[in-house]
Amino acid sequence: MGKRIEVSYKDKDFDSLGSATREKIKEFLNINVNEVRTVDAYNIDSNLSDKELKKLGKEVFSDPIIHDFSVKEPLAKDFDFLIEVEFRPGVTDNVGRTSSEAIKDLLKKDCVVFTSKQFLIKGKITRKDAEKIATGLLANDLIEKTTILEKPKTQMQAILPIVRGEAKPVVNTINLNVSDKELMEISKQGVLALNLEEMKAIQEHFKKLGRNPTDAELEVLAQTWSEHCKHKIFNATITYEEQGRKEVIHSLFNKFIKGTTDTVGQKVDFLVSVFKDNAGVIRFDKENNLVFKVETHNSPSALDPYGGALTGIVGVNRDTLGTGISSRPIFNTDVFCFARPDYDKPVPKRLMHPKRIFEGVRKGVEHGGNKSGIPTVNGSIVFDDRFLGKPLVYCGTGGVMPKVLFGKDTSEKTIEPGDIVIMTGGRVGKDGIHGATFSSEELHEGSPATAVQIGDPITQKKMLDFILEARDNGWIKSITDNGAGGLSSSVGEMCEESGGANLYLEKVPLKYSGLQPWEIIISEAQERMTIGIAKENLDKFMDLAKRRGVEATAVGKFTDSGRFVAAYKGEKVMELDLDFLYDGVPIMKLDAKWKQKEFEEPNFEVPKDLSKELLKILARPNVCSKEWTVRQYDHEVQGASVVKPFVGEKNDGPSDAAIIRPIYGSDEGCVVAHGIVPRYSDIDTYHMTAAAIDEAVRNHVAVGGDLDILAALDNFCWCDPIKSEKTPDGEYKLAQLVRANKALYNYCTAYNMPLISGKDSMKNDYMIGDTKISIPPTILISTIGKIDDVKKAVTMDAKKKGDLVYVLGTTKKELGGSEYFAQKGFIGNSVPKVDAKSAYKLYQALNQAIRKKLVSSAHDCSDGGLGVALAETAFSGGLGMELDLTGVDNENVSRDDYLLFSETQSRFVVTVSPNKKKSFENTLEGNPFSLIGKVTGSNEFVIKNNGKEIVKTTLGALKNSWKRTLQW
Amino acid sequence: MEEDIAMVKVCVLTGFGINCDYETEHAFKLAGAKAQKVHLQDVIDGIKNLSDYQILAFPGGFSFGDDIASGKVMANKFKTALWDDMKQFVEDGKLVIGICNGFQIMVKMGLLPDIEEGQTTTLSINDSGKFEDRWVYLKKDAKTKCVWTQAVDKIYLPIRHGEGKFIVKDKNVLGRLELNKQIVFRYTDEKYEPTSEYPQNPNGSIDNIAGICDKTGRVFGLMPHPEAFVTPQNHPRWTRENIEKGDGLKIFINAVNYAKKNLK
Repeated sequence: MGKRIEVSYKDKDFDSLGSATREKIKEFLNINVNEVRTVDAYNIDSNLSDKELKKLGKEVFSDPIIHDFSVKEPLAKDFDFLIEVEFRPGVTDNVGRTSSEAIKDLLKKDCVVFTSKQFLIKGKITRKDAEKIATGLLANDLIEKTTILEKPKTQMQAILPIVRGEAKPVVNTINLNVSDKELMEISKQGVLALNLEEMKAIQEHFKKLGRNPTDAELEVLAQTWSEHCKHKIFNATITYEEQGRKEVIHSLFNKFIKGTTDTVGQKVDFLVSVFKDNAGVIRFDKENNLVFKVETHNSPSALDPYGGALTGIVGVNRDTLGTGISSRPIFNTDVFCFARPDYDKPVPKRLMHPKRIFEGVRKGVEHGGNKSGIPTVNGSIVFDDRFLGKPLVYCGTGGVMPKVLFGKDTSEKTIEPGDIVIMTGGRVGKDGIHGATFSSEELHEGSPATAVQIGDPITQKKMLDFILEARDNGWIKSITDNGAGGLSSSVGEMCEESGGANLYLEKVPLKYSGLQPWEIIISEAQERMTIGIAKENLDKFMDLAKRRGVEATAVGKFTDSGRFVAAYKGEKVMELDLDFLYDGVPIMKLDAKWKQKEFEEPNFEVPKDLSKELLKILARPNVCSKEWTVRQYDHEVQGASVVKPFVGEKNDGPSDAAIIRPIYGSDEGCVVAHGIVPRYSDIDTYHMTAAAIDEAVRNHVAVGGDLDILAALDNFCWCDPIKSEKTPDGEYKLAQLVRANKALYNYCTAYNMPLISGKDSMKNDYMIGDTKISIPPTILISTIGKIDDVKKAVTMDAKKKGDLVYVLGTTKKELGGSEYFAQKGFIGNSVPKVDAKSAYKLYQALNQAIRKKLVSSAHDCSDGGLGVALAETAFSGGLGMELDLTGVDNENVSRDDYLLFSETQSRFVVTVSPNKKKSFENTLEGNPFSLIGKVTGSNEFVIKNNGKEIVKTTLGALKNSWKRTLQW
Repeated sequence: MEEDIAMVKVCVLTGFGINCDYETEHAFKLAGAKAQKVHLQDVIDGIKNLSDYQILAFPGGFSFGDDIASGKVMANKFKTALWDDMKQFVEDGKLVIGICNGFQIMVKMGLLPDIEEGQTTTLSINDSGKFEDRWVYLKKDAKTKCVWTQAVDKIYLPIRHGEGKFIVKDKNVLGRLELNKQIVFRYTDEKYEPTSEYPQNPNGSIDNIAGICDKTGRVFGLMPHPEAFVTPQNHPRWTRENIEKGDGLKIFINAVNYAKKNLK
């Protein structure tokens, strides 16, 4: 039966969620309602007495100052429509879980709680409107169910979405002695995402063993061999053709990515652990190392933006936690790519409107980051309508760890036969089954709902605290995250060290019964880490876990058998040779063919009013202020922030990079920056990648980051680059990938910047019916580096009347793919090209000038060119400027508009105090720099060129234009 | 070791989603105390005793993820297990601070504004409906008895919350707060004039209240984060204004000095 407690606000003024919902109904659906009020319902699967329910209502679920509660009569009254939203069975209900704990604290009784929420709507709307509100705004049908009642109907019956699985656990054998066609059927039906060659390799292997694989074996092979886990495209043998010349590349990863680090690694001494662990590790100071990892969580975010993004952020936290013997997360970064929020064409089937995706993702990151106590210090939001097909959600986490604990190098994991396999954190359910294989496919009609998970930040926070405590007690020998592929991946990876593992699947704690053994082993249920500990520490470890409210279970042991074995109540479920599991996947052979695309070359007159053009560019979604979003992230918890996302006179200028102090009491700082420019991909991914690298380094240098400790992470998000019926232009897309990799090697080696970690997501396409949407190839370069003394950091805002304004770098006629051309409806061809040698020289000089405290402000010049960088510097400082571009260093840029809006890379806008002019110019000697004017005390922003005023406007106008677009 | 014994001992609670424990501990250390992060469960289990400390801090964070309501579940957990110890701690003349989620916890277990009266105030969802991280100007009520804010008049600190709207049960409660000099900080504009305008008053708190203390002035709760401004470089405009010190630190120094003088 179950019991129910309802809670509502005494006064509608307190019901902020209700009033916010009313506004959203108008904003998202254009439906007017008079009023929305909310009722929270706690549905309890237990036979508690009325007295107990009242006690709970009074002391646990309501706040006596603002709430009413009821355990008998429904609280809903005075409405036209009532919409109740509940979770579908098996979906993570975080508040429900906390409620159970709160009941236990008070009544010392165990009971399961399911939460649901009522929205009481008053207004002249139809039932159809109510349905639209229910599914188009309040609930995501994939994970939530809605009930709509018309007045005066109400309900007070407990809603108990219990998973009722009666299935008996069985181990099935899959017959692989079948035709090729049937092999592919098996792959497709099981969402295995294995191609024919791979299926045949498996068929062959089991033929040799004289048996067929079990369901679990096939599933584990599919997870381990998935594009998501195995990066098959990056390890393929590729024949690349450009202008008739052919080149054979054996593994893009080895040649270009690892190759970069091998080359740079000979020159730098700060690399500690690269590519082999969950995150890259570099030296920070004498006693500590820094850890950094960036992930993507695109496919889940397309289906459930809130859950997808939340899972993304807490997931990458676990990568940091699972590096070495664990590091403490100290910052998050997030970069999103969406279609424009004002997208007004019909949205294809199964996709959500970009604004809803945006808001869901934002909220997911807010909850994931804020509730975990990890500051979100850096990020950006990029718009292109092709991200309608799949939004990109990049989430990164940095950590810090002592170099040595108990005399041992903390970056090393050690597992010996006989050590215990511990699973800790959340329980296993059907959620997240096939996540790894699902993200290795395009989004299609049958994309499984179970691939979506909802993160539980509080369970994870408890686990995080516990793990760090266990680490500091010296108990953790090895640790890794349960992400893609679940236990099959985590235990599989860890047991390579000892040479094998045995799992006892019946010991794995489950959310509900009815899971098959194969499901237990591959489920991607969240908030779990796998830990290896020595037997003698087991009791102490378990005791601490219990006292910290963290579930930990010994689920197996490490062996040296050479095999990864799993059993369920004594019955063998899986026995895989590690050699086959990890090295058995066939290497793909792919062709790539590059042909430079030609776009229409723009021919329009120089607009008469360039002030207006500047104001319009500032308002473009890629350029404008993201304050509305970023303010909702805690960017300074842990108290370490030095350069925040917002700087300047009114704390709203756009910071180029973040600086934090990882060690309390020390002035050595960690600098976090990034670069991303998918707009240039249309012309050439080589230059797109070069620009992303250059932008990241520029941002790092602009805040004062040193160049001697600087490392990068590469995150590729591509559209499917394998030629097939679905992807006839696969060879071109693969060539785009090859070219991006070449740029990665060329520029990172030129900047002495090793790659320490990265990830690729290769199937960012949408395909249903005849509609195919592929994202523009996108690479995110995230950097982590050092500033020796945070007190020397510089921000981008103009500081003082009378300061001199400089442009560093040469301006070229490079507007291909620029914001300005896009504003005029063109792509063009003259994509910005980075000259690494001169850029690096300039960066070293600017870094010297900053170290010598000669610079008042420095701002990266990127989207929208000089016009935007100068305007941002001025209005962020609240100080006008008088500028003259006549003498600005350039290569034959004769048009005023091109001079203002060219996106030539490797440039900065810098302001300098007049009494430091000489020292500054001496330090910059040998580099292109131009003194173009000064900071004034007025409100005017004026730019001249060749004797005439080309821009004249006010700070207020510039700032308003820049702030308005995404301020909802 | 002798020096150790003479030092003021601070219990900085942690666990269950508290997440400003590191910087709160650091702030007390900078203020000259011997501060220690202590897991709440260890206090409940009797492994650690409140009576061993002179100052107790409920740091900010998201205890139990703000599920049900911010601070609510933690308040119940603490109260169910440790209410007598808590009362004794206050009776002994010791000091308590709750910051952000810590303030929410204190208010919801009735430790503030008056330990004898049960819950009479609350902190609810911001009028904006949003969590926000922004710096706010605060002015001290000149009459306040609060021992934590001696010689602090105006202060600039970050708020980082979604549920900070201070609400009282009725007018009498507000009257008593005023009468007993329990109002410590109000949100103000840039000129330090109290205001109810958003975003200077970021949440819609009644009478622009940002922090209160109990009748003794020793038990103090506030929504803004003093521990987030303990060095000049924490200030959002330190690169353009002449910031000499982290103003938030003074609050911790006051408490440590008070404890040194008055508590053994």
